[in-house]
Amino acid sequence: MGKRLQVDKYHIYQDQEIVSLLEEIGITHVVWVPDSTLGLWEAALASSPAIELISVCREGEAWAVAAGLHLGGSKPLVIIQCTGLFESGDALRNVLHDYQLPLYGLIGYRSYLNSESLPGDSCLKFTEPVLAAWNVDSIFIDSAEKKDQFKEHYLKCQQAGRAGITLLAEGRA
Amino acid sequence: MTSARMSTADSLRILHTARNDEVVITTMSTAREWTQLPPHPLDFVYVPSSMGQASALGLGMALAQPSRRIVVCNGDGCTLMNLGSLVSITAAAPKNLVLLVFDNEVYEITGGQGTAASGRRRADGDSLDYGEMARACGFQKIHVIENCEQWESEVNQLLTEEGPVFGWLKVAPVPGGAGPRSPGPGPERARAFAAALQDPQSSR
Repeated sequence: MGKRLQVDKYHIYQDQEIVSLLEEIGITHVVWVPDSTLGLWEAALASSPAIELISVCREGEAWAVAAGLHLGGSKPLVIIQCTGLFESGDALRNVLHDYQLPLYGLIGYRSYLNSESLPGDSCLKFTEPVLAAWNVDSIFIDSAEKKDQFKEHYLKCQQAGRAGITLLAEGRA
Repeated sequence: MTSARMSTADSLRILHTARNDEVVITTMSTAREWTQLPPHPLDFVYVPSSMGQASALGLGMALAQPSRRIVVCNGDGCTLMNLGSLVSITAAAPKNLVLLVFDNEVYEITGGQGTAASGRRRADGDSLDYGEMARACGFQKIHVIENCEQWESEVNQLLTEEGPVFGWLKVAPVPGGAGPRSPGPGPERARAFAAALQDPQSSR
């Protein structure tokens, strides 16, 4: 692996831990644009025999690729940063509301646990209101104690046939 | 010369005739014209759309359904809006994906304003070359289609050769061309389409 894994309070899931979890819940494809926290999972995701890692160029694209995967019978997960949620607006509107596809996203919440590298990061001001505006069933994991909620929420949303998002608190940008 | 270009309707009729059990995704003006032709269970009329995302949608379908051919009928404006998806497509390199760009050099359904790639909107007056753009993004199978005769002779090759395949079709704009209409509610159509994709017997 190119980067040393950081085991600290700013990284709620470790790489192999999240990949095992995604395998357990049956994710077939991860469609992503990584950030400095989520990106630490790359080697583990890429080496999973059960998951295909799809890199896209902008986050809105990730939702459309996931929509195609879902329509084709796969179980995709979108992994992006909250800045990508802002970028995703129209794609999200289209697949989650126009077509009501039960897609799921794991979205890193930049600077929530530590804004040292970006003091006054406006992500802290806009992430939660923007997510609320999209009217998607969502949960917020801001500590290791809440880790199990991701699996529970994903399965609940899949069972109900509705879209969902887990917002995952991150450290530095 | 714009007047020498084939019409989108004619070019889609040729595709419709050649098509067997391929998935065909249409959007914007290709959706308007495609819905004038007899429907197929493996049509996905991407209306309403998120403009630019048909190529990404097709990429996802191609990866999920490697045994089916996926044909995306995109516009030039849509392509410009999501150029990065060309790179995403060639990174994943699905062998079963065909991306067709119907290039009329304008945003037709909003009244025919020139795109940023069209000669009339560029400082040097030269339209951009989508074939070269596709090549730079990593496509290796590229077809530049100038007229109906050429399209008729090459369409079967595009539908059968190993992908990802890029086709640049030079078409004429339709002055006053209307926007596409959705053939029905999106959620129901998506469910029916997903069911058709799982049906190995889905055919004309």
